Amino acid sequence: MFAYIMRRLLMLIPVLIGMTLITFSIVHLIPGNPAQVILGETATAAAIEDLEESMGLNEAYPVQYGIYVTDLLQGDLGTSLRSKAEISKEIWPYIAATFELTVFAMIFAIVIGVNAGIISAWKQNSWFDFLAMLFALVGVSMPIFWLALMEQWVFAQELGWLPAYGREDSRDPMATITNFYVLDSLIHLDFGRTLTILKHLVLPSIALGTIPMAIIARMTRSSMLEVMNSDYIRTVRAKGSGQFLVIYKHALKNAIIPVLTVIGLQTGVLLGGAILTETIFSWPGIGRYVYEAINYRDYPVIQSGILVIAFIFVIINLIVDLLYKLIDPRINY
Amino acid sequence: MKVKFSFLVALMLAFVLVLAACSGDGGADSASTEEEEEADATEGSEDSAGEDSETEADGGAEGEQVLVFARGGDSESLDPSSTTDGESSRVTRQILETLLTFEEDSFELEPGLAHDWEVSDDGLNYTFYLEKGVTFHDGTDFNAEAVKTNFERWADPEHEYSFADDNYVYSMYGTMFGGFQGDDGHVIEEINVVGDHEIEFVLSQPLGFFLQNMAMSYFGITSPAAFEEYGPEINENPVGTGPFQFVSWSKDDSIILEKFEDYRVDGLPKLDEVVFEVIPDNAARLIALRSGEIDIMDGLNPDDAAGIESEEGLELYTRAENNVGYVGFNTQKEPLDQVEVRQAINYAIDKQSIADALYAGYANTAKNMLPPSYMGYNDEVEAYEYDPERAQELLAEAGYEDGMEIELWTMPVARPYMPDPETVSEIVQNNLAEVGIEVEIVREEWAPYLEKTLQGEQEMFMLGWSGTNGDPDYFLSSLLHGSNVGSSNRTFYQNDEVDELLDQAKRSVDQDERAAFYQEAQALISEDSPTATLVHSTPVLATTSDVLNYVPHPSTSESLAEVELAN
Repeated sequence: MFAYIMRRLLMLIPVLIGMTLITFSIVHLIPGNPAQVILGETATAAAIEDLEESMGLNEAYPVQYGIYVTDLLQGDLGTSLRSKAEISKEIWPYIAATFELTVFAMIFAIVIGVNAGIISAWKQNSWFDFLAMLFALVGVSMPIFWLALMEQWVFAQELGWLPAYGREDSRDPMATITNFYVLDSLIHLDFGRTLTILKHLVLPSIALGTIPMAIIARMTRSSMLEVMNSDYIRTVRAKGSGQFLVIYKHALKNAIIPVLTVIGLQTGVLLGGAILTETIFSWPGIGRYVYEAINYRDYPVIQSGILVIAFIFVIINLIVDLLYKLIDPRINY
Repeated sequence: MKVKFSFLVALMLAFVLVLAACSGDGGADSASTEEEEEADATEGSEDSAGEDSETEADGGAEGEQVLVFARGGDSESLDPSSTTDGESSRVTRQILETLLTFEEDSFELEPGLAHDWEVSDDGLNYTFYLEKGVTFHDGTDFNAEAVKTNFERWADPEHEYSFADDNYVYSMYGTMFGGFQGDDGHVIEEINVVGDHEIEFVLSQPLGFFLQNMAMSYFGITSPAAFEEYGPEINENPVGTGPFQFVSWSKDDSIILEKFEDYRVDGLPKLDEVVFEVIPDNAARLIALRSGEIDIMDGLNPDDAAGIESEEGLELYTRAENNVGYVGFNTQKEPLDQVEVRQAINYAIDKQSIADALYAGYANTAKNMLPPSYMGYNDEVEAYEYDPERAQELLAEAGYEDGMEIELWTMPVARPYMPDPETVSEIVQNNLAEVGIEVEIVREEWAPYLEKTLQGEQEMFMLGWSGTNGDPDYFLSSLLHGSNVGSSNRTFYQNDEVDELLDQAKRSVDQDERAAFYQEAQALISEDSPTATLVHSTPVLATTSDVLNYVPHPSTSESLAEVELAN
């Protein structure tokens, strides 16, 4: 196991080099000149030229790439062209915000999705199965922005139960420590605030978690059905085990492996693709950070943002692979 | 093999915790070390904050006036001169003050940090008498030296506080004062500190809108001590003399300002705290306003305005007309190099129906590039009324009786002067089809759009312009002066007579004389029709009824010093 982990970690090196090459290339294929954007609609040609020079945009691509990688190795993600701040200092709050949202969205997706899938398989062809799968179909095809706006309309505007935007009460902000707000409020022992922060998480988590929830529910159901029809389950039943035990003790363990893969992939997707949810709920996450940077042709931020997202994606895949082994000892590496 | 049942239960729990565990990577480690220290240190102060958070909607300590202003995008920089972005000046307007200022709802000049000023007859010497006893937020004194330091920093890229190595560029300074130190057109020759509170600007040539420039929020005065302290991080640590001082900025989220107790005007500001909140989605912002989470929302869709007006608890506001939305013609490209073709297109576009359909009544059709409220607006200019027959006649004169094909570049982003560019381009397409012009709509992303139209790749294109200092020069010279071809003149229009009139108007300090020059220029421009001017829009915004004394400024950045909340 240890050797496997080491091997996987070593394999990260070529993957990371590949990622830097890809992000660097993509970024330089985007049309539009950052100097022009920074200087605005009124810029003169001479001013644009000067700025390009001071930003190093006139160097040949291989030279620019070389500088980029050298800096990266020293932990320097570059300086944002827009805010003129170091990206390594600036990026953490965005990552934390997206992570917090993703965690809660996935908790929602997994708890509801896995259980709905199990019950659907258990009560195959029942009204519950029918409704749950219909719901999952709708969930998979629901446009996120529409769901998000409906949530805001009903729960924020009409009922006034939940806040419509942001991570906490903006009139009374908290001093942040880790930038995981739930964690920070607990560190401050400020439980009233924890409740406020959790309230802010509800609507965006549901909006973001609905698609993965539906996918997980369908995956769990089909995987469970397959396992339930296998010989060893028949044996367990024959031994007289109760239904609940059969399902949660014996069947789920084998059924969960493909579900785990889906969960890993979906988590990665959410981390990088939460832009819509982040925009509508005004959630200052990494998706929006990169999106704004693209609008602004902020090359260093685009590169670093994509690189960080890709890195997290790779790490999640690694964790999923390790979990396989933990759940199913038959898997050997 | 025997499997413990508890493992299965743990399994479900594990899924839930998987991701939480992933975050351990550095973040959790540093968190756990800081946890213990912080918990002790902040316990006392945060307890009281906890109680406040329960009264969520009211927020803050009891009786505190906290205003939440929501907008679509974040500030780019809090060093106002290093950006041209309106969202930035909206915030810095509260923190930094300028030598002069604009009246609350117009571009008329008022005293700011200078209570009085004198202009020499030749228009080359400007003396400002500065307020005494004014302090910056960091406690240092405001004086003539501070003003000099700020202006020299903008003018000279070599200046120690210019931070050119950190990519600071003061492009608005270059635009408004004819370039930078050493450039031919740069008008500020010398800045002399006459006394502690008296400063003289010596110009190399007269500049008709010099005083207007002095009131632009881009030229707010920063404490020199702050340049020393923060260096190139000044854009995240603004220190001025304004009614509010900077507290914190979480990027793409909120900027918090608090009342400056020693503000130079007694009794102001009335609010204790202002929060500038970013809510990118227009619909979501309106929901937040209706649910009372925010107090003021900028960027209302014109279509929502009628609803707001009749809604209890909300107020509708409009900003004065200060922009123009237009279809520009690349006057260097065939067939648009023929004036008849340009005039024909002007007659063919039904501007009134565009104003009616897309602006919900919050726009007037335009016949000049200058908004009507501006000095020198020429009301005598005859509008190109919707007249397809006349358009066809003109096309025939130009030799296009059999029609033609032409490109129209459509803007990819909404702007106050163009809330729905896509539909505008379709209306224009339909209008022109009626007179035999087949329009192909070209779509580009915003940055390449700006860049390529600058290089002249376009035939017809859509764009607009908003005023920042209330002077006609900012509209007419920027958009139509020959010397701005390749920078902000995207029609490539060049008429020596017009250029001469604009130059004369720029050099004159007699405002009546200037007005006459601009009127004459507009008549010539209308005849040449390098653009089809569509509308001047009045942007709408909304507040809750609790917001008192709020006056939206045409420049989009207004002082919130007088604003207060009912209750």
